[in-house]
Amino acid sequence: MSELLQVALPKGRLGEKVYEMFAKAGFECPEVLDKTTRKLIFENSEKGICYFWVKPSDVAIYVERGAADIGVAGKDILLEYKPEIFELLDLNIGRCRLAVAAKRGFRDRPERTLRVATKFPNVTLDYYGKKCRDIDIIKLNGSIELAPILGLSDVIVDIVETGTTLLENNLEPTETVAPISARLVANRSSFQFKNEAITKVLGELRRQVQE
Amino acid sequence: MKIDTSILKNEEKVILNLRSIYKQYGYSCFKMSKFEEYDLYGQNKEFLVSDSVITFTDTSGKLMALKPDVTLSIVKQTKNVCGQVDRYYYNENVYRISEKTHVYKEIMQTGLECIGDIGKYNICEVLRLAAMSLASISGDSILNISHLGVVSAIIPEINTQDTQLLLGCIEEKNPHGIKEACERLGVSSSDTEFLVSLTTAYGDAGEVISSLRNRTTNEKILVALYEIENIIGMISDISDIKINVDFSIINDIGYYNGLVFRGYVKGVPQRVLSGGQYDRLMTKMGKKSRAVGFAVYLDMLERMDNDDTEYDTDVLLLYSASDKPQDVMKMVNKLTSMGKKVTAEMRIPEKLTYREIIEIGKEGN
Repeated sequence: MSELLQVALPKGRLGEKVYEMFAKAGFECPEVLDKTTRKLIFENSEKGICYFWVKPSDVAIYVERGAADIGVAGKDILLEYKPEIFELLDLNIGRCRLAVAAKRGFRDRPERTLRVATKFPNVTLDYYGKKCRDIDIIKLNGSIELAPILGLSDVIVDIVETGTTLLENNLEPTETVAPISARLVANRSSFQFKNEAITKVLGELRRQVQE
Repeated sequence: MKIDTSILKNEEKVILNLRSIYKQYGYSCFKMSKFEEYDLYGQNKEFLVSDSVITFTDTSGKLMALKPDVTLSIVKQTKNVCGQVDRYYYNENVYRISEKTHVYKEIMQTGLECIGDIGKYNICEVLRLAAMSLASISGDSILNISHLGVVSAIIPEINTQDTQLLLGCIEEKNPHGIKEACERLGVSSSDTEFLVSLTTAYGDAGEVISSLRNRTTNEKILVALYEIENIIGMISDISDIKINVDFSIINDIGYYNGLVFRGYVKGVPQRVLSGGQYDRLMTKMGKKSRAVGFAVYLDMLERMDNDDTEYDTDVLLLYSASDKPQDVMKMVNKLTSMGKKVTAEMRIPEKLTYREIIEIGKEGN
């Protein structure tokens, strides 16, 4: 199994889209999309590929530590964890942005420490550090939008896709921290030893992105 | 005394092998203290793999550090003697704080430094030793070589956030990131295109270098490409290792210059060897001489240990309280002299795995 190209796919809709791109590129393994199976790993030895689903935020860890040779991870995760990997291609899907949002009409007062709730403490510290702004980081694991509404924080740093959730909760994006999309990433050692297979996948996916 | 090398762990075997290779090429062992004054590292933070250093105050109130690196200490004690080349190898534990998990780590590291009035032969010698080190670790290894002259011919020397970002993108083989960073830095479109082409400039030296040559007329880049081609030509006779060029290798440009290289072995997810020419560090530390060296990260090799021994011991020798100790000892000696691993116990240990069990006093013993 070790000679197959091991691919970590992010669970969820984005992962399914990514799989479709791989399948279109000639690396299909239809079982991957079978929701009834309890299998964790899906192999197509004929195509030399093996897929497994992992939590989107874990893809970079699987790839960095070599459990997966390649994977697809959001730029938000890469910015947050700074894994030592190769970021080979912007797949141009899952487009959104990492943004600062606050209650509508919020006025930032620089004389006060800004309380920021986020799932991305490293990116947030980096962003405000560059602006020399003193902040109080509040690390949350979900329902970030609730924080400013309940007065837990002044602002949030979170993923904004359409902004509808923010709007419905009387919040609005105020600044963009970074544009986000899905990236094809590779383990640096696997890139050396499975170069032919990785280059082939990269070439096929690049063609689809450029189309 | 005869040593049974089969009992050695993978990294222990590697240390012994490497030591003998380095000694053969005239390198002498450098032994350093566990502690150094913090200033040495504080002034050269970017040179260190991790910028977090474990510090403490010594009895005289001086801020000390548990050594996170060996190269800086070797450089500190070298003297500027014209025409002289110092060759050192080391095998030391270094102490770092893991950037990811924020815990202290002790890492076993070996490596060598060639410092002084060095020329092309010395660079070639170090590169050869790096290749030989990798080949002695595994039969399936790759040494990637790059030349920093290629990127420094394009990237502005001013050290800004944007240049760091651009270098980071080259290191990640990240073409979209390179384009964005070049745009911010005002790099021309032809240079941007060249930098993007570096992300795929990987593989056999002949092919990659000739394809890069066709993409540029920049004199400095052409000189760097010639140098790398020339040096690779001088080590191409080494067998048991694949030598590639990979222009994504970016060691810190403020310290390194010229040739840089990284080594990988199959089965280890990260690089196991890293090195290059660091004349710029020498200048920063007030030395006139030049230097080249590399480190082998032995902690990574633990992963390669294919010790899949099924049993903890060959023979579990069971004895009872009534058995005489000298009889037990006699039996143990008899079995070990037959080359067997023996564990003598009064009852069967819960988690011990064994090939056979022998009870003292039972028939046949």
